[in-house]
Amino acid sequence: MSLLGLATFRHGVHPDEHKEATEDLRIERMPFVRSYVLPLGQHGGKPAKPVVRVGQSVLRGELIAAADGFVSTCLHAPVDGRVTAIDRRRHPNGALVEAIEIEADAFSPQTVREGEPLDVDVMPREQFVAEVQRAGLVGLGGAAFPAHVKYALPEGRKVRELVINGCECEPYLTCDHRTMVERPAAVVRGVRILARQLGVERSTIGVEANKPDAVEVLRAAIGDDPQVRVVPLEVKYPQGAEKMLIKAIFGVEVPAGKLPLDIEMVVNNVGTMASLADWFDRRVPLIERVVTVAGPGIERPANLLVPVGTPVGEVLRQAGGLSQDTREVVMGGPMMGQSLASLDVPVLKGTSGLLAFTAQETAHPNEYACLKCGRCLDACANFLNPSRLARLSKAGRHAELEQAFVMDCMECGACSFACPSNIPIVQLIRASKSAIRSRRARS
Amino acid sequence: MNDLAIAAGIMGGLGLFFGVLLAVASRLLKVPEDPRLDVLEGMLPGTNCGACGQPGCRGFAEALLEGRSAPSGCTVSSPTGVEKIAGFLGVAAGERVVRVARLHCAGGRAQAEQIAAYEGFANCRAASVVAGGGKGCAWGCLGLGDCEVACTFDAIAMNDNGLPVVDVAKCTACGDCVDACPRDLFEILPLSQPLLVQCKAPLAGDAARELCRVACDACGRCAQDAPEGVIRMVDNLPVFDPFTPAELGPEVTFRCPTGAIQWVPRGQFTAVRADRGFEEELT
Repeated sequence: MSLLGLATFRHGVHPDEHKEATEDLRIERMPFVRSYVLPLGQHGGKPAKPVVRVGQSVLRGELIAAADGFVSTCLHAPVDGRVTAIDRRRHPNGALVEAIEIEADAFSPQTVREGEPLDVDVMPREQFVAEVQRAGLVGLGGAAFPAHVKYALPEGRKVRELVINGCECEPYLTCDHRTMVERPAAVVRGVRILARQLGVERSTIGVEANKPDAVEVLRAAIGDDPQVRVVPLEVKYPQGAEKMLIKAIFGVEVPAGKLPLDIEMVVNNVGTMASLADWFDRRVPLIERVVTVAGPGIERPANLLVPVGTPVGEVLRQAGGLSQDTREVVMGGPMMGQSLASLDVPVLKGTSGLLAFTAQETAHPNEYACLKCGRCLDACANFLNPSRLARLSKAGRHAELEQAFVMDCMECGACSFACPSNIPIVQLIRASKSAIRSRRARS
Repeated sequence: MNDLAIAAGIMGGLGLFFGVLLAVASRLLKVPEDPRLDVLEGMLPGTNCGACGQPGCRGFAEALLEGRSAPSGCTVSSPTGVEKIAGFLGVAAGERVVRVARLHCAGGRAQAEQIAAYEGFANCRAASVVAGGGKGCAWGCLGLGDCEVACTFDAIAMNDNGLPVVDVAKCTACGDCVDACPRDLFEILPLSQPLLVQCKAPLAGDAARELCRVACDACGRCAQDAPEGVIRMVDNLPVFDPFTPAELGPEVTFRCPTGAIQWVPRGQFTAVRADRGFEEELT
């Protein structure tokens, strides 16, 4: 509980919100461009397997790559067009990975083919999970984990609480905010479908208090249904992390190394809920998503409905292009997002934002010695000791890092944000985690 | 005063009792240890680098005494040092295969395309998780010197072209650089096999050449020029067994259009300045 009487988790930081540029802008449709690139691996799981040939014509929403295994999901054509290549293309993470390239049909009206709604109320669980996988649905909050994996409950497991994440705690981003304001019915419909399938009595939508309009419209869409409620939360980063959100709403902790499912909860993003409703009610798979384009380097900030696979450069051009003094473009939020090395990379299913920053925001202030002030400890929502982890990382002491629970770090960056000595704490930790992971893979 | 004496008496008594107990136990339960072990350990370099495959120098000394290893297994000792150990134990020194760390990349600043500037702290591992460090080639050397820092023997130095130069005289093949490299570019290879593929990009044709001037573009000429079946093309890269002294000669590298496959009898690269390397190749 905070002074305002709103629920929240312990620790965390308060970065400037910077949402004013886009929070009141309606979602606009991104015009179709000439060519689209769809990496087969859009998420952490196994990449999809192509089911199309080069030269083949595809329709908007048609399956182009099928799930390969359980932790893998389907991929659909975002436009009517022709497959021009299945080859290595640059992924936003810098790697050159297998991808399907589609050239859009310039004469197609690009209409969405909707189908008859599925009767989800009488659908068995296995069929529901398979349907979600067929929809190509991933978590739209940023991590892009295949959504159906969360819904396939292991034998004997049940779900007590369904938690919907409408926090959007990353600065600048307003895509979830606009989805809630403009499509409250779809969000609530998705929640109801999922709640029924998981056998949940009560669903909770957590929304940070800086979005009162979203709280209002969601409550109006819910009506007097006692099974769904909206809980306003104090504004704090990283509240959108699923463990923090559970702590904020219910006051309980998900143990280290465990998932929300281990305490009988499932957490999903609001955008995922709207896309879930789209698949079951309109049979439209995940082929487009809302992307916030903002930041000081953007001429005309916007919330755009972008087909998955659109090159980042084209999206930025639609938002008026980059200013002359732009030095860095980030995919995702400024705290956890990925700096891009090239603008020739595509928008992925998990791309929540494209932010452009100038010299002022990307400056590297001098690093000073650790003052032992403890601000990073007060910032860490996982109650780790970031200062110690950073020191061990600098010394390359990986065995001790593992003993200090470095693998529990979710890399939210609150420690680096809080550090008055400008020590790149989370960057050091991230490098060590990568080293530890590759050593494990080797042995 | 009395209490004090009792306390001192109890503590002193306990100390005496356990002292006697330990003294007796150390005599009765003594495990006989080969006296040569300490001598041998003294003859070894004491770097505990692990290149021999044993947990440190004492582990290697034990392995020597049990006959599990030959003296030449220590790659850090000089040849005379190895002879001394062999003479001390009265065994053959064993065949000494000189192995060194080799880098499967030659795409330094002058050769490989850089698509963005990485501005974070200078560490390859950190750069590799930020959009691949801004290097066009997703497999190539990042040039920030994690291997140089990891090397216990001061055998690696970064040159001005952003490539690690391995001093083959100092390299003991301990493998620390292999672990340090986030792109897995180092391999411990026998110095007796000078044929080396200095590229790890699984790309073919223009896709490879666009990223780097010395990339392997998978033309397969080296495989054609080698004796039948000695070099195979796997994942767009030439592959051969470096441990069999096959009948490979420098002629397999002659038709390589990019210079990705090289005949390297000694060390790779030189401490050339990047700008000079560039000029040399232009003329």
